[in-house]
Parts: sequence; structure tokens; C-alpha cells
Amino acid sequence: MTSNPLSNQPSNSKLWQPNRALSKSVETGVKTLFALFAFVSVITTIGIVLTLIFETVEFFQEVSIWRFLTDTQWTPLFTNQQFGIMVLISATLLTSVIAIAVALPLGLLAAICLSEYAPAKLRKWLKPALEVLAGVPTVVFGYFALFTVTPFLQTFIPGMQGFNALSAGLVLGVSIIPLVASLSEDALYSVPRSLREGAYALGSTKRETIISVVLPAALSGIVASFILAISRAIGETMILTIAAGQNPQLGFNPLVPIQTMTAYIVQVSKGDTPAGSLAYKTIFAVGMTLFLITLTLNIFSYWFVRRFREKYE
Amino acid sequence: MTKSNTEFTNLSDSGVNPNFDLAINKRYNLDKVFAIATWVATSFALLVLVILLIDVLTDGLGRLNWSFVTSFSSRRASSAGVLAPLVGTIWLLVITALISFPLGVGAGIFLEEYATDNWFTRLIEINIANLAAVPSIIYGLLGLQVFVRVMEPITRGRSILAGALTLSLLILPIIIITTRESLRAVPDSLRQAGFALGANRWQIIREQIFPIALPGILTGTILSLSRAIGETAPLIVVGAVGFITFLPQLSFKGLQSSFTALPIQIFDWVSRPQVEFHQNAAAGIVVLMIVLMLMNSTAIFLRNKFQQSR
Repeated sequence: MTSNPLSNQPSNSKLWQPNRALSKSVETGVKTLFALFAFVSVITTIGIVLTLIFETVEFFQEVSIWRFLTDTQWTPLFTNQQFGIMVLISATLLTSVIAIAVALPLGLLAAICLSEYAPAKLRKWLKPALEVLAGVPTVVFGYFALFTVTPFLQTFIPGMQGFNALSAGLVLGVSIIPLVASLSEDALYSVPRSLREGAYALGSTKRETIISVVLPAALSGIVASFILAISRAIGETMILTIAAGQNPQLGFNPLVPIQTMTAYIVQVSKGDTPAGSLAYKTIFAVGMTLFLITLTLNIFSYWFVRRFREKYE
Repeated sequence: MTKSNTEFTNLSDSGVNPNFDLAINKRYNLDKVFAIATWVATSFALLVLVILLIDVLTDGLGRLNWSFVTSFSSRRASSAGVLAPLVGTIWLLVITALISFPLGVGAGIFLEEYATDNWFTRLIEINIANLAAVPSIIYGLLGLQVFVRVMEPITRGRSILAGALTLSLLILPIIIITTRESLRAVPDSLRQAGFALGANRWQIIREQIFPIALPGILTGTILSLSRAIGETAPLIVVGAVGFITFLPQLSFKGLQSSFTALPIQIFDWVSRPQVEFHQNAAAGIVVLMIVLMLMNSTAIFLRNKFQQSR
């Protein structure tokens, strides 16, 4: 491609002469520039990791890791400071478990419905409708949890407080149904028809085909969507800040106010905590914990998908 | 011995193996239950969406009028409005788009058109997949440390610019991914035709591939921007405030002023104890949803136009 018979022509030729040197340098310039743009994503990751490590290390110079992991109270903003991260982790775990108990079964069933049962015309409408649900800002879900779901649940659950993990977790679950449904549906839809027909030929009913052939074939994609949903539930902030309260408390009672890791970060960010103070550093330590949890999930998902991916021609 | 004998007799009696129970009616009934369960799950998700929308509308419509859109925040709920957050949202939207669109599209073009399979591209790819799953509040911490503190001389601390930069990094992975998907959808024959005419890769991308992929890229970008506009947590961490009674100047100085946005204002109102402010929050949500719907319908319009033309 670079060899160019035209360039040997005399310069007074009437023939059009492309400026090869210029276009070549433009090509190189563009390529380098765009490679740098792509590198911005790597810089972002480095930035996140450095930011978190830098402040976390400073935090652990003042508070021992042992105290961080074993204290049973979380009171960094009081004079009697205690730093039991388990308090925040237990709350995050509680809301995530509630959310996942809602989102995984419903999301998977919705995915099966979209991929296997819904007629093509209806599917064309259902998928965008679910995308609308996915596009609702989480602050709106928070409003919904606090002012609609909680009063509704309070009518038949006595002793339920205004801020609680249950309604926040339920609404959080609903908010991630579209994520599970959409990603799992992609995985189910890409399972080739021949596999289903093979199962029918052996005398399976539709449900048996779906459960024993289609679901296992799409397993890696489904698990990937589950893990993404779990990591979304753990990292979700606004629903939990608004509806679950700001009350750090160790335990798994879903009817009382609690405080998740993310809600704590918001609480401190909203106040006037001076940069460099211990309270300021705690949000980075909490952020680091959150980041490590989601990173672990991510790596597991990556490994799982590579290990169990089924390839069809 | 006797056991196998009886099995044999049973088999000859009914013609089927007794260990194999066909029970076709029972299985079909289970099938029906299962099918109904999948429909219920789907309708449940949509039902919640409908209830949520109706709920917000009934709470908010009464409060929503023109003066609500054109007034600043106030300590009195009845005279508070969403002018500053609405303008702040639009500022964030424009600046975030200006930063993230070129970066994301450039990176997408590099990865899809130029990159060969080597350690550098693989690093970037794994990295982008990872970034897409990092909780948004972590981006807030990044923005707080890098854009608010380290780059303070440029951004002047907790400013619109710092917020927009944070949101840009947040949606960058999504824009890169959608750009790559749109480019991949362009048939390879077009590229080969370009090469056959003696064009180099950049000329082919600029003149042929990019214009065809553009509607798809724009759709993805608008959708990711509408996600950014709904984000609250990273902006709170970066330092958005819930009470602002001025509009930023149309200049670089304006970029350095403190800021608010619709979700921030809604959160601020939700967290107050008075019921009147909760009504304001609902009305604010209606305004936010209208902004989002405008953006989403633009994206759908682009997508449809794109699909028809091919």
C-alpha cells in the first residue's frame, strides 16, 4: 500500500498527486492521539487505586487494621471514635441480600419470558419498557421507597420504622431487575435453536427444555449478569441513603434504620468535614473496602465466564 | 434376580419402563405454572414502574407550575423552585458531553479500528470492563481527590468543572463500548473498498465508517449522558450543594463556581422533615424525568432513523 508509482512522476505532471507524506503523518498522529484517549481509562483506574490507597494508608497510620476489622461500633464523627467497619458491612450485606432475593429470581424469570415466551412483537415493546425502568434515577427510587413502599409495608408489619433496610432493599431489588433481565435475556437469546429442537425431539416440554437445556447453555452469561447485579446492589447509594437511614448499627434486623458503606460516604461528604481530618480519611478507607469487594466480585465473574463459556458455531 | 424379573414383566405389561414416568399431564400443568410465573415477573417489574410514575405525578403535579421552574431555592417550600438545579444540570450535561464524547469515541475508534491484539489493548479492554462495574460513588471519591483537591488551581475546588470531569470519567467506559459496537456493525467490505482505492485507514474512518456509525454512537452517548444526569452520589461527594441562588456566568469563571443539579436538589428536599418539601421533591422529580425523557426520545428517534436508512 505504501509503495507508490505515482510519486516518481515528474512534478509538472497534470496528474492529481495525493499528499502521501501528509496523510501518513495525520494517520500516525490520529492513531497516537486515540491511543492516548484509550489510555485515559487506564489512568482512571490508576487514579482510583492511588486515591484510595493514599488516604487509606494515612488512615491506617492512625487506626490499626485490627480495630478497623474487630470494633463493634462505628462512630468516627463522635468524640469517642470507634471504627468497626463490620457495622457498615453488615448493613450493606443485609440490604444487598434483600435486593438480590428480589432481583435475581424476578429478573431471570422476566428474561426467560422475554426470550422464550413473549411473541416477537411484544418483546419489541417490553425490552424498551424495562430499559425505561433501568433509566429511572436512583434518587427517584429512594423517594419511592421512603414515601410509598415504607408506609405501605407499615400497614401490615408492626414495629417497622420510617427508615428501614427492608423497603430500601426491596426497591433496590426492583431497580436492578432490568439489569438482570436484559443481560440474561441476551445470554438466553444467543443459545442456538438447534439445542432447543434437540430437547423437543427427545420429548421434553417447553419448561423442561428451558430449565435443563437453555439455562445451562447460557449459564456463564446469566452468572455474569447476577454478579454485576450483586456488585450494583453493594455499590448503590441513593436509595439506601434516603430510605435506609443513617444509623450505624451492627445486626441484621431489617425493620430498623441502618447505615450502609455508601450512605456513610454520603453523610460525611454532605457535612463540612475538613480535608485531611481523620473523618475525611475514613470515607476513603470505606471506599477502599467497597472497591475491594466489587473488584473481587468482578475478578470472580471474569474467571467464571472464561471457565464456563459455551461456544456455539 | 426376582427384582429384574418383575421389572421385565412390568415392562412387557405396559410397554414402558416403570422407572420412566411419562406423566405428561402433570408436566404440562407445571409448564403452565412456569409460563405464568415468567409473565408475572415481567408484569411485576412494569407494574412497579407504573405505580412509581403515578405516585410521583400525583404527589408532584399539584406543586408544578411555571414559577416552580423559574424560581431559585428558598427556605420556604412554597416559594422554592428548581431554576438553579435545572440550569446546573444543563451545564453539567453540556460540559460532560464535550469532554466525554471526543475521548470516548477516539478511544473506541482506536480499539476497534487500529488496535491489534497485544498486551496494551488487552489491558485496556479488561480495564474498561472493570471500570464499568466500579460503584459510582467511588468515582466521586476520585473526583474529590483529583479534581477538587489536586487540580484546585484549575477547577477552583468544588465547581461545575470538577463535577463534569467526574461524570465524564464515569460514563467514558459506556461510550467506548457503544462506539465499538457501532463500528463493528459497519460491514468490512466498506473498509476494503476504501483500501482498494488507496485510502489509508484514517481517511476510510473519517469519510466512510464514522458517518455510518455516527447515529449509533450518538444514541449510546445520549443514553449514557442521561444516566450521568440522574447520578447523585458522585456529585454529592465531589461537593454539589443543595442550596444555590445564582446562575453561573457564561464563561470559564462560571465553570469554576459552585454548583447543584436536579437530583441533588431532590435529595436535599427529600432529606428535610417538612412535608411541603417532599412535595417539592416530587415536583422536582417530574422535571428531572421530563429532561430524561426528552433525551431518551432523542436517542430513540436517532436509532429509528438509523435503522430505517439501512
